[in-house]
Amino acid sequence: MADTNPSPDGYVEHAPGYVVNGGPTLLTSRFPFEDSYTLERSMQTGGYVGLRAALARTPAEVHDEVRQATLLGRGGAGFPAGVKWGFCPEGVWPRYLVVNGDESEPGTYKDRLLMERDPHQLIEGCLITCYALGLSQCFLYVRGEMALAQERIAVALNEAYEADLIGSNILGSDFSVDIVLHWGAGAYIVGEETALIESLEGNRGMPRLKPPYFPAAIGLYGQPTIVNNVETLSNLPWIMENGADAYKGYGSEASPGTRLFAVSGHVQRPGVYEVEQGVTTFRDLFYGDNYCQGIRDGNELKMFIPGGGSAPWFFGEHLDLPLEARGVSEAGSMLGSGAIVVMDETTDAVKACLRLVRFYANESCGKCAPCREGTSWEHKILQRIYDGEGRPSDIDLLLSVGNHISPGPYPVASFDAADLEAVPFPPAQTTICPLGPSAVAPITSAIRRFRHEFEALITRRDSIPVAAEAGA
Amino acid sequence: MGYFSDTNQSLALEIIGRYPRPKSAVIPLLHLAQEQEGWVTREAMLQIADLTGVTPAEVLGTGSFYEMFKFHPVGRYMVNVCTNISCQLLGGEELLDHVESTLGAGAGDTTEDGMFTVEDVECVAACTEGPCFTVNYRYFHRATPGVFDEVVADLREGRSPIQRGAAGDSGDMPEHGRLGRVRQEIPAGRRAGVVPPEQAGEQPVWLSSTAEVDTSG
Repeated sequence: MADTNPSPDGYVEHAPGYVVNGGPTLLTSRFPFEDSYTLERSMQTGGYVGLRAALARTPAEVHDEVRQATLLGRGGAGFPAGVKWGFCPEGVWPRYLVVNGDESEPGTYKDRLLMERDPHQLIEGCLITCYALGLSQCFLYVRGEMALAQERIAVALNEAYEADLIGSNILGSDFSVDIVLHWGAGAYIVGEETALIESLEGNRGMPRLKPPYFPAAIGLYGQPTIVNNVETLSNLPWIMENGADAYKGYGSEASPGTRLFAVSGHVQRPGVYEVEQGVTTFRDLFYGDNYCQGIRDGNELKMFIPGGGSAPWFFGEHLDLPLEARGVSEAGSMLGSGAIVVMDETTDAVKACLRLVRFYANESCGKCAPCREGTSWEHKILQRIYDGEGRPSDIDLLLSVGNHISPGPYPVASFDAADLEAVPFPPAQTTICPLGPSAVAPITSAIRRFRHEFEALITRRDSIPVAAEAGA
Repeated sequence: MGYFSDTNQSLALEIIGRYPRPKSAVIPLLHLAQEQEGWVTREAMLQIADLTGVTPAEVLGTGSFYEMFKFHPVGRYMVNVCTNISCQLLGGEELLDHVESTLGAGAGDTTEDGMFTVEDVECVAACTEGPCFTVNYRYFHRATPGVFDEVVADLREGRSPIQRGAAGDSGDMPEHGRLGRVRQEIPAGRRAGVVPPEQAGEQPVWLSSTAEVDTSG
């Protein structure tokens, strides 16, 4: 371990993890300012200009601009926000906005940074959304464990109310909306949007049965509800100020704009990087001088997770894929929540797999039997393999249990040396939400690639003579 | 009756008033109760049920789903060590071992003096800054056993260790139960007000008025 809390070159000390990489900063332009979270700094640097631009236009025009920008949701599913916004049934009022700030996918660290470092940007995004869609109230749901983010947002909301930016008759217009800060109390599953709504209604955070697939049809209190991720909404001030065409000048045609990627694990310079989508590749990000500067200690890359704990693993042969949702899905994984976990040659694949599966077993809400039973059995089987108590049939058993949660061939990356092709994302599911199927991702990835590591742990046990075991 | 202090009682009523339905305030009020006493007592749940118009069983039913609510006394300082993948890769499990042996309390346990409760937790969204632990949900990034020892020494001697977290945070360390040190306050004169689902019918005024401006222009 390093000496103590180092802050190497490129890092911005007061924005922990954030690295200035010289690329466009649509989301992080204020991060280098120590007081980036204050209204004063926000106003000095173009804060609420996007809101004023929105108020000067009709709500329908604002919605259209966002649709034109092809702003893809940054929470994990990558669905276009402008399209999602269009799913509200005609003539049903009131409608609500719920902000998903429940960031908790393993490896994901960017919404917390956006909330702590630039709460006004997020608030402005919420206001633009409410104005465009006629939403009567906004609930800003922040993960329970994020005390500093709650505090910074509370201060920012108080400042914005005082400055006539929230509440009744915003900036003298007839647009009125309250933003209510709400926080959770520790449950990964609440990041699923219907579970988030259940939690906001004061219930156990269990996902709702689909259809309806989108809360835009039936959401909070049964009313049309837009649920958007923190990073998604934080893009809106820039889009309203500069326009959809300018936004599409960044990134690729299918995935315009920039995204925040948190690169963690065994790289020389882990950090949060704002990156143009579809232009930069994983190789650029891991080895580039402006980015992670290579694998630690000159080690070899063993595998990496491209989009959070729920994403199937990638390997050296996938390094040249651009950071873009579609290509990554076709290659058998997902870009998910922009969480990249890099593991070098010293990593124990079974141990990494076990830790991820333990997470899903811990966090299963228990509503659907295949997930409730399946994830906990996957955990138990993996634990006994890791402890040297595994049985020869356990590898097939793991795959079989996985197949009951997610039937059919599970999405997995290609394996060139074994002449195995990729199975594209997403997986099938026998459950209401993707949590259960997510537990299958590390298992199928690890077994396809590192079956020998599982077998070695199992045969080691078989090879111990009974007499020696008893005598030890 | 009357579990909440006078200040917290009026705060509770204000919080309830921010939601279209009072049950939405169950989780915020459980936090308020935990802030008042450090954990959620039976009396607190009875009072929350009364205030929000649900049964006490529903309050417990909701509250028990969430890991942060404690239904028994815990330490003044909740030490959460992340061992999920990104932290594990950089020594999160070894850090947890150090925390457990230093404090003499395993994950889930509280030290005999009631100062610390240790937990082995899932990802806390500090992945690039692993290994990471939090104390009363305040972050300590790129933590080493040495940093942890200094944090413990600070807390035992009544100093705030927050600055040591390298997490862009500073100031006093609140006691367990208190999260944000500042609350949201909606000034009465600026309030837009709640729109309950029952108030069906008309679209918000700015949609139609802007449309009028549009057609006349």
